[in-house]
Amino acid sequence: MSGANRGVREVALPQGAGKTVQAPRLRRFEFAPVAGIWRHELALYKRYWKSQSFASMVEPTFFLLAFGYGFGSMIAMIGDYRYLDFVATGVVGVAALFTSVFPGMFNGYIRRVFQHTYDAMLATPVDVHELVTAEALWIAAKSAVYSCTPLVVALFFGLDPSFGMLLVPFVTFFTALGFGLFGTWTSSVVPSINSFDYVITGVVTPLFLIAGTFFPVDALPGWAQKAAYLNPLYHCVELVRDAVFGLDPLADLGHFGALVLFAALMWVIAVRGMRNRLID
Amino acid sequence: MQRARVEDARRDPGAAAAISLRGVVKRFGDFTAVDGLDLEVPAGVCLGLLGPNGAGKSTTMKMLTAQAIADEGGIHVLGFQVPREAKRARAVMGVVPQQDNLDEELTARENLEVFAHLYRVPRRARRQAVDDALALAHLTGKQLTKVDDLSGGMRRRLLIARGLVHSPALVLLDEPTVGLDPQVRAELWGLIDGLRAGGTTVLMSTHYIEEAERLADECALMSHGRVIARGSPSALVAEYAGDRVVEHYGPPGRLTEVERIARGAGLSTRRTGPSVSVLKAETIPPSLEDELGPDGVRRAASLEDVFVVLTGERVE
Repeated sequence: MSGANRGVREVALPQGAGKTVQAPRLRRFEFAPVAGIWRHELALYKRYWKSQSFASMVEPTFFLLAFGYGFGSMIAMIGDYRYLDFVATGVVGVAALFTSVFPGMFNGYIRRVFQHTYDAMLATPVDVHELVTAEALWIAAKSAVYSCTPLVVALFFGLDPSFGMLLVPFVTFFTALGFGLFGTWTSSVVPSINSFDYVITGVVTPLFLIAGTFFPVDALPGWAQKAAYLNPLYHCVELVRDAVFGLDPLADLGHFGALVLFAALMWVIAVRGMRNRLID
Repeated sequence: MQRARVEDARRDPGAAAAISLRGVVKRFGDFTAVDGLDLEVPAGVCLGLLGPNGAGKSTTMKMLTAQAIADEGGIHVLGFQVPREAKRARAVMGVVPQQDNLDEELTARENLEVFAHLYRVPRRARRQAVDDALALAHLTGKQLTKVDDLSGGMRRRLLIARGLVHSPALVLLDEPTVGLDPQVRAELWGLIDGLRAGGTTVLMSTHYIEEAERLADECALMSHGRVIARGSPSALVAEYAGDRVVEHYGPPGRLTEVERIARGAGLSTRRTGPSVSVLKAETIPPSLEDELGPDGVRRAASLEDVFVVLTGERVE
């Protein structure tokens, strides 16, 4: 931490015995632990970027090509959009979901239960809320970049470029932040790593099916449409489409608010869940 | 800064010691792991926390870093009240856990760099701090080796180096040599002894008697969540086991008889496999020696005798 001598005080040691050290004044939330945890992530990422990038970029591209060309041959247009363009913007949301919720779940669980990495970090001047925030920000930052892959691929297949596309990483960042924290929270409540099967099948799969990713929400039954409005991924997909095809300021503000609210709520329960697990 | 120290000391007299625990209780459901623990560790001292498994040593260690929160009592670490000021306390103490939680995918150097960040080592001093920690652990030549490829002893040394990368005033060592072979253990003892000589306050939990005897200035014996005896190893031996111990070997019936006679005369005994040891042998009157029999073998009393007599547990 630069300027570490600012606001320090010597710790209370009696009669000059032992070593004298200086204790920095620490705030309730600090960015130094975030930087330290990102240093850890970066060191790991340097080793695994190829495999991580392959999985994170190729999988959504397969979705895009399979649905875009598969269904695209039967459904030329949805509303005013080419089906391929519709799917490309939908798959951005799916990529944001997958590249955030799974690292949140599995990294969170493995580092807490098997590797005890978090125990080691919490023995340093790092609090649980800083740890959770740092991990979620890293996941969100990576996801924000990776989830743009389908858009880049779609550009090669005829999607018209627009300045609004530059907003997409911000949309996916907040989406991934919420879902990464959701994954972290689930990692703190499942009794074993096998229990993630319930979360994936029971929660993650319905989330990406009822979000207007591959087909419009209007085509769903009434109850499913209502459910979609509660689905953060739906708001992500709507925002991405509006960013790419043209903004609708009032509606988009609502979608963005929903994503921020979701991330804030997930942060609260993820911190609480991890604190319950990590602090006896 | 001086004023801050004085204010801390006024706020609570416990702030004067490097570590102070007063009336600390920690429960896990119906089980009380720490039961009214009072413990003070003066600065610059190496205190060995001895006790059998389940005595509450690791829970005590975790409470000092606020990774476990006490249900009752007061804790001060280096003048900071825990858990309220735990973050500041953790900034000036190092922790070496019982469990190896190094990141196996990273190199030795990367592990230390991450923790130098977390411990707020200033940017300009970080590289030197990591170099110094590697040198201290004799791992300079292995700094670019992945932890997964290090030997058990090297990993343990790296774990210690990680807890020292920010030159802390206090180090908590939780069973630092558990599960290691004698050669590696001796290597680590040298490292820990160097810390003590450098003025670092050390609180070391262990259930290896020899480790405590060699390294600790003072020992506190824990049993069922409390300190049941405390003093320098030699003082504890003198108080509870005396100068000499006489060991009697024989069939079970003979051992039971020796125990009965010794206890009848107010002497303490302990079973050690095929023998019974009678403590404070120098106080045995000649008449009682005749009654106990001529088969006794005399030896110097040890901390192990104290441990077994006070805790009623076997040692490793």
